[in-house]
Amino acid sequence: MSEDELVAERVFAALADPSRRALLAELATGGPATATDLAARLPISRQAITKHLTRLADAGLVAAEAGERRRIRYRLRSAPMRTAQRFLAALARDWDGPLDRLARHLEE
Amino acid sequence: MGFPDRIERSVRLARRPDVVWEAVTTADGLASWFGDRAEIDLRPGGAGRLMWTDEGLAAELRVERVEPPHVFAFTWPMHGVPADDPRRSYVEFTLTADGDGTLLTVVETGFAQLDDAHHPTAYDGHTEGWGRELGELVEHLSA
Repeated sequence: MSEDELVAERVFAALADPSRRALLAELATGGPATATDLAARLPISRQAITKHLTRLADAGLVAAEAGERRRIRYRLRSAPMRTAQRFLAALARDWDGPLDRLARHLEE
Repeated sequence: MGFPDRIERSVRLARRPDVVWEAVTTADGLASWFGDRAEIDLRPGGAGRLMWTDEGLAAELRVERVEPPHVFAFTWPMHGVPADDPRRSYVEFTLTADGDGTLLTVVETGFAQLDDAHHPTAYDGHTEGWGRELGELVEHLSA
């Protein structure tokens, strides 16, 4: 498996879980946040948030950094999403539908 | 899994190349099968626009090759990529006479341009750039 495929596979695995989707979406829309911030904003237990953030960090989808008062903040890493997006962009391009319509149009 | 860079389709059409050419290169032709409304300035460098009004979608085309009635090509945005992103896919229609019909081949390439796995710093830098720029704005406004 190529490096790109591994990266994309990690993105899709991360997105398969609703709690991890919620965490990634919250970091994307609200910016870097601590586990405590995220627990206050999302209906997910603090313990589960810590577990999911560790897994997301291992997969390279979030990065831990020192925040205020030395509390660890988590920041979204967008690069893996771009790699997964490349795969999705090709899947999203539908030529079969339009070409069928063209063939029918020319037979009229 | 595989990462496609290239999508290719061929379809045999019941009309001669000059009729197919009209269908793929004119606003009326494109609106009859591709979008539901279309505009096109049919010359290399010319602009085109395909619209799907029910879905509220539009795609901006840039015409690249016009060699009637054999080759028509344009670039357009890839799904999930901002419309003003310089990375666009390249679509080439090739029309070949086939008996009393036409073999139409569509090749779309360029998806590999979205491969940024090896340039993570550029994108992380972009994300961090927002924070930095917002910080500078705050400083500017509070000065």
